[in-house]
Amino acid sequence: MTEAPTKSLLTVLATTSPTEAACWSCGEMRAAHFCSACGKVQPARPVDYFTFFGLPRKLHLDVAALEREFYQLSRKLHPDLFAQAGEEEQRWSLEKSSQLNDAYRTLKDPIARTEYLLRLAGVEFQEQSQQATEKARASGQAKQQVVPPDLLEEVFELNMQLEELRAEQKLGKQDVALVHDLKQHEKHFQETLHALDHELQHAWKDWDHLVSDAEHGKAAAHEKWNEARDRMVGVLNRRSYVRNLVRDVGDAIG
Amino acid sequence: MATDRIVGIDLGTTNSLVAYMEGGRPVVIPGEDGLNLVPSVVALDSGGQMIVGNAARKFLIETPDHAVYSIKRLMGRGVEDVHAELKYFPFRLAEDLLAGEVLRIRLGSKTFTPPEISAHILRQLKRNAERHFGAAVTKAVITVPAYFNDAQRQATKDAGRIAGLDVLRLVNEPTAASLAYGLQEKKNGIVAVYDFGGGTFDISILKLHDGIFEVIATNGDTHLGGDDIDNLLIGIALDDIAGDMHTDVRRKAGVVQAIRKAVIDAKIHLSTCADAEIGVQLPDGKRYEREITRDLFQRLIAPILERTVGPCRQALKDAQLKPEQIDEVVLVGGSTRIPQVRKLVQEIFGREELHTELNPDEVVALGAAVQANILSGGSAATENMLLLDVTPLSLGIEALGGVVAKIIHRNSTIPASAVEHFTTGVEGQTNVAIHVVQGERELAKDCRSLARFDLRGIPPLPAGMPRIEVRFLIDANGILQVAAREQRSGKEAQISVQPSYGLTDDQVEKMILESFDFAEQDLSERQLVEARNEAETILTALAKGRTSPAWAVLTAREHEEIAGLESALLRKKGGDDHKLIRAAIDALNRATMRLAELMMDSAVATVLHGKTMGEVDLGEGPEAPHPIGKAEFK
Repeated sequence: MTEAPTKSLLTVLATTSPTEAACWSCGEMRAAHFCSACGKVQPARPVDYFTFFGLPRKLHLDVAALEREFYQLSRKLHPDLFAQAGEEEQRWSLEKSSQLNDAYRTLKDPIARTEYLLRLAGVEFQEQSQQATEKARASGQAKQQVVPPDLLEEVFELNMQLEELRAEQKLGKQDVALVHDLKQHEKHFQETLHALDHELQHAWKDWDHLVSDAEHGKAAAHEKWNEARDRMVGVLNRRSYVRNLVRDVGDAIG
Repeated sequence: MATDRIVGIDLGTTNSLVAYMEGGRPVVIPGEDGLNLVPSVVALDSGGQMIVGNAARKFLIETPDHAVYSIKRLMGRGVEDVHAELKYFPFRLAEDLLAGEVLRIRLGSKTFTPPEISAHILRQLKRNAERHFGAAVTKAVITVPAYFNDAQRQATKDAGRIAGLDVLRLVNEPTAASLAYGLQEKKNGIVAVYDFGGGTFDISILKLHDGIFEVIATNGDTHLGGDDIDNLLIGIALDDIAGDMHTDVRRKAGVVQAIRKAVIDAKIHLSTCADAEIGVQLPDGKRYEREITRDLFQRLIAPILERTVGPCRQALKDAQLKPEQIDEVVLVGGSTRIPQVRKLVQEIFGREELHTELNPDEVVALGAAVQANILSGGSAATENMLLLDVTPLSLGIEALGGVVAKIIHRNSTIPASAVEHFTTGVEGQTNVAIHVVQGERELAKDCRSLARFDLRGIPPLPAGMPRIEVRFLIDANGILQVAAREQRSGKEAQISVQPSYGLTDDQVEKMILESFDFAEQDLSERQLVEARNEAETILTALAKGRTSPAWAVLTAREHEEIAGLESALLRKKGGDDHKLIRAAIDALNRATMRLAELMMDSAVATVLHGKTMGEVDLGEGPEAPHPIGKAEFK
């Protein structure tokens, strides 16, 4: 069984709506971003992105509704609307609209959203980005990256072919058959990506069920949460690996 | 409120403009010469006065070491960046420049930084606006190329401060253009703006949605424009002259500028005609003449135009859009007048129709005026309009091995932020140095260095124990702000930001002080403008008075006195001493007092033509304090 993460998953389900405090301007109890009484913008507070939009920590999300909310909040928070306001309100608008933009950018993208939620749940990802690769290369260390076992054979073959292609390109040659082969691999990996996206959606469903149950006072056991979490982590790791392969092939054939 | 008037400024490589929203639409404010475009040329005359615009152009040929153009190319750049430029531009750098120092350009015996030279252009635009409004202008929106980096943006903001302008917002040029078009069209959809100007190229892709202008992706090249075409043709002419005519004029800056003028004329001619002639008188009495056909011109410039294709493709890719998904394509910038450029854009986006309704030289300034209107609280015309722009370049920090860890990716909507945690590597370490870069390359040395921060005042703890939270925030101008905090002790870590290529606050302050000399020049000019406006007001009032029944009541002597003082004022108005003009106004004012009274009486008695008091033309009377240069009087 997986060990419990540093942050209890149950704490993930804590407050999902920003807590209310008194408005700095009129003293009324206020809503999250603006005073419900006088409409003044409120100081930014460190909240997670789901909380910022008043959303539960679920992964299925109506992106069109999120966009509408993003536009609506932009119309109220953007610094352009505070060009004539006092220094303090200008600063709050700047901080709040950066939070809004950061939150929207992360939540609208399914992968970024999943990674973000998992980070909130205490998961630390092995960086598999191009930067991480470069970083590892520059520092002379081999990047720790586990090849998914079922892909091992194909990845091995692919890497051989990529090496061959690069060597040929150095000599100014172009092997048509080799490029064709690589394109076949690329196509296959693209399909794998689609399959992984599908799998991820299934994992979301499990997670979202647990959240719904907890909202109705039926909190599931730790193991259930961990299972759902680990499944998503697994899919994301594989996905990131395959995506890098697609990118490498794309770069090589140009 | 007059003091809250915000103008929109396009600070261009070749030309600059100032515009303002009047009656629901943006208009360009012309200069004293009646022209909308102020050439971005600055010259120092023999009397030590700074000359800007059309009047400065002749200095480029006559005293080329006292004049400078295309200064925008040097904004926010270091010595090592500009070596390539120096081959093609007659920028004379100060000789005592140190590495890492802000560039300084020689004009005659003095040196100026690029922001100071740009400030002179801005000051001219400010003066033009003040003449138009008859009141001080202190707030502005200034446009910058979308692909400008942090240092180039900061330099533009500094230029505004030095010119005495509070720069409320820097707006990206293509985005500004889309605002000007959006004001006209009010349609939803995806728009691509292809902005090919004098010195910079930008491509921006926007989503228009019920008044929200959301930039999805932007790309470009801040050193690609009409200048490059000019330099290519100049190079050919210089080769011709050296080869066929055995005269080397490469080092004769005045001749090179005369050639530059000739090739620009030819370039413009070729946009409408099949061939053009480049003709230049050389100092040895010979004349260089060369015919250039449009066909040859097109073959020559094809490689330059081709450089705009890559950024367009990348922007489409970043926006995850195919060319056919773009609803409208807008052309901006003078270089888009070249038919071949239009053909290329048609190819890239696979369509015939391109938007060119608005003047490509003016549309950016018009958009800046729209944004200025939005910032000043908006109006019926701009209601619901909101601009959501992006940062053009990724922001990163240098990590182990010189690799860049990106913390805010390009095309993120701004304001945008990122929080990073840092710690120490040695026990008792109290400083941590952070190097911030901007760009898409993987290694820090290939990116633009923005700043080096020193986190100081970290409590001495075992290595790796301190946890310093640094918050990076890109504001709505696309400029970086940084704040840091040590989390375990809760102490605010001090940061000293050392901009890699910028002016420090102290330097800008000093330049503002120095600019007071010029401000004095500005003041006397403004007083002159105001006095002239006032003279116009009273002369117009007098002309109206002559047609009123009250005129007949005055004696012949009074008529004579008024006529004498009128012609005196007309003479003084042509001079440039505002005190003499004022004195002439006062004299005429006193002499016409009885006329004004009589007119008032008859106005009250008859309520002339059924008008109310306020509408009667002379109701205010010449003796009333004259409104200073009403906008209606030009």
